Amino acid sequence: MGNEEAVFFSRVLTELTLSFHIIYATIGVGVPLMIMIAQWVGIKKQDEHYILLARRWTRGFVITVAVGVVTGTAIGLQLSLLWPNFMELAGNVIALPLFMETFAFFFEAIFLGIYLYTWDRFKNAKRHLLLLIPVALGASFSAIFITIVNAFMNAPQGFDLVKGQLVNVRPLVAMFNPAMPTKVAHVLVTAYMTSAFILAAIGAYRLLKGSNHTYHKKALFLTMKLGFVFSIATAIIGDFSGKYLAEYQPEKLAAAEWHFETGEGAPLILYGVLANDEVKYAIKIPYALSFLAHSSLYSSVIGLDQFPEEDIPPLYIHYLFDVMVTIGMWMVGLSVFYLLGMWLKWSFIEAKWFRWLIVLGGPLSIIAIEAGWWLAEVGRQPWILRGIMRTHEAATSSGQVDVMLWLFVGLYLILGIGSVLVLWRMFRKNPVERELADRAAEKAGDQKWILK
Amino acid sequence: MDLEIIGITVLGVFLFGYIMVASIDFGAGFFNAYSTLTGKQHILTKVIQRYLSPVWEVTNVFLVFFFVGIVGFFPKTAYYYGSTLLVPASIAIILLAIRGSYYAFTIYGGLKHRRYTLLYGLTGLFIPASLSIVLVISEGGFVTMEHFGPALDYWTLFTSPLSWSIVVLSLTSVLYISAVFLTWYSRKAKDWGAVKLLRKYALGWSLPAIITAAGIIVEMRTHNPEHYDRLVDLWWMFALSVLLFAGTVYLLWKGIAYGLAFVLLTGQFALAFLAYGISHYPYLMYPYLTIYDSFTNEAMATSLVIAFIAGLGLLVPSLYLLLRLFLFNKEYVQGNRDDHV
Repeated sequence: MGNEEAVFFSRVLTELTLSFHIIYATIGVGVPLMIMIAQWVGIKKQDEHYILLARRWTRGFVITVAVGVVTGTAIGLQLSLLWPNFMELAGNVIALPLFMETFAFFFEAIFLGIYLYTWDRFKNAKRHLLLLIPVALGASFSAIFITIVNAFMNAPQGFDLVKGQLVNVRPLVAMFNPAMPTKVAHVLVTAYMTSAFILAAIGAYRLLKGSNHTYHKKALFLTMKLGFVFSIATAIIGDFSGKYLAEYQPEKLAAAEWHFETGEGAPLILYGVLANDEVKYAIKIPYALSFLAHSSLYSSVIGLDQFPEEDIPPLYIHYLFDVMVTIGMWMVGLSVFYLLGMWLKWSFIEAKWFRWLIVLGGPLSIIAIEAGWWLAEVGRQPWILRGIMRTHEAATSSGQVDVMLWLFVGLYLILGIGSVLVLWRMFRKNPVERELADRAAEKAGDQKWILK
Repeated sequence: MDLEIIGITVLGVFLFGYIMVASIDFGAGFFNAYSTLTGKQHILTKVIQRYLSPVWEVTNVFLVFFFVGIVGFFPKTAYYYGSTLLVPASIAIILLAIRGSYYAFTIYGGLKHRRYTLLYGLTGLFIPASLSIVLVISEGGFVTMEHFGPALDYWTLFTSPLSWSIVVLSLTSVLYISAVFLTWYSRKAKDWGAVKLLRKYALGWSLPAIITAAGIIVEMRTHNPEHYDRLVDLWWMFALSVLLFAGTVYLLWKGIAYGLAFVLLTGQFALAFLAYGISHYPYLMYPYLTIYDSFTNEAMATSLVIAFIAGLGLLVPSLYLLLRLFLFNKEYVQGNRDDHV
């Protein structure tokens, strides 16, 4: 296998592992926060339904965490196995956040174990809730630290490059690179948003499938409210990300927007297809790109004409941008309509078609996450470290990457199907009606016991 | 003390931690599978699950910590080991992934099947075998420098008696460590059936473990004489280690003080590990890579050490809490409490 093939298969394998991992990782970052909120609401309102909500989410969460942990271990090792030259170079500058990420992960793992096995152990329910704080913090902080590593790859700094050697390394400067604030914020809020909409989808699905229990209605209302808040936050931070790109990575923005020629008052291109260097069927919003880039309608936006051909990322990332933004906007709209409908007592929000739309919102949000990551990563091509190291210089020289790719394809198939089946069975076998009845019976039983 | 030494010590501590907790985990899976074959599952399953459930994820973190740490402190290892280990490490990752997720699927998801239990037990033996390849490679003689970079010579690796001795050593010590720990744990759980069975396993695996360990030193004599000489210089540490081993076996034999027996066992392995580590110094991969030429820049090393100390400030109390709530909680260990989600 030549170097070219090794690079190709390394890229495919990394993309596969990351694409699979981020589904579980996103849930892993967002759901603990949702569990915490539900349990807190339950304790505050003295409402058994919310407590049970937290408990049932937790049970499903353990399964996704398990897959997240093992695929996270995989990508952690694959970084060194597939990109040894990159890790050798970058390890000198960016090891600190990587190292801190494992601490956050460690912290989360310990408290998740404790949280899982101490339901009902403490007399004071609040003490059990407190255990969830380190879990949620650990989850979010591992996302923060690992995103810092990724941000560094987009905007490397904190070292001097002298004759191919990295000298004068400043680890903190490397961590707080210009890409870091928008990236970290965007990753966090989209994880919260996606988790909220996935949980909303589950609630809507149960309501559709016959159960009309108030439990599901409460779950749906709570998660749609949270989804609304985080999708608005996502849109605002998305705008900041655009401004970051215009300032620091203009070639990525230009490629994503098919902005070929530098110019003032640049239009934003939505949808469309690119055939023979010509954009067809696109919706052009005049001045919008200038506004997105610099908050001014007439500002000049750098186009692809300013870059040598070998530095331009693949132009198909425009489609990814479209998918991400469209779904984001769609989810804002859907949650707004739902909340307005609840408030003004519109009847359509209880209609079947509307609930199906909410169910669809869960998978859609995940697609948006995937599209967003592909956009961010492919938009950095041909660099692995923007401006410093090209992707093909970083890959392994090993000849067995293709075989390993197939092995991992098999693994992810097993894990994907397995986790879905297990989750499905878990909740099928034990619907909320039964669990509520069981809990009531248990309590009555306890009382009878005491009376005797 | 050099920052290099601090770095390698930190990593050594975490590697040792992983070896201990993972051995318990892998061995437990194997004993559980073995007991289904011999129809004794009802004796072991409960006590094993009660221990493993709250800590299985933590076990995994020790490994992540080690490989992230080594790239952090010694970035060149990513180049030398990353380029050569693609196949063995990928196999280990896949087995670890199947094992970890399967554990969660069965315990929380209720997915149970005898066939899977046996598979689970087997992965526990293959993982230490595939991970121990790293130790073999570090001895030198298996990696050649080609024009495109370091390459692993699989033929030499698979035909070398040294690699097979290390694989066998990893297997026997996994089973021995696990059996001794679980004997102690089931004693705390007052699960006398499990104590009886596990004590038998522990005694049964003690001899193979010590014999294979001694065998490595003999292998080293022909494979890497320089390393062998350094090992012999440290004979007193190995002698102490053997003494501790004798103590563990004596206590097990007499059926007393299982807690102390496990402490002695930990001491035995810690001493042997330390002696091996010292004799390996200064090489990370013989003869290409030493801890000095692969060490990261000073600024990064300092910040990693600071992060490490701050992290420990968080970790140690949390780990203590975990142990107090589960390992050292009578009610939980004896199964009188089940506060499972």
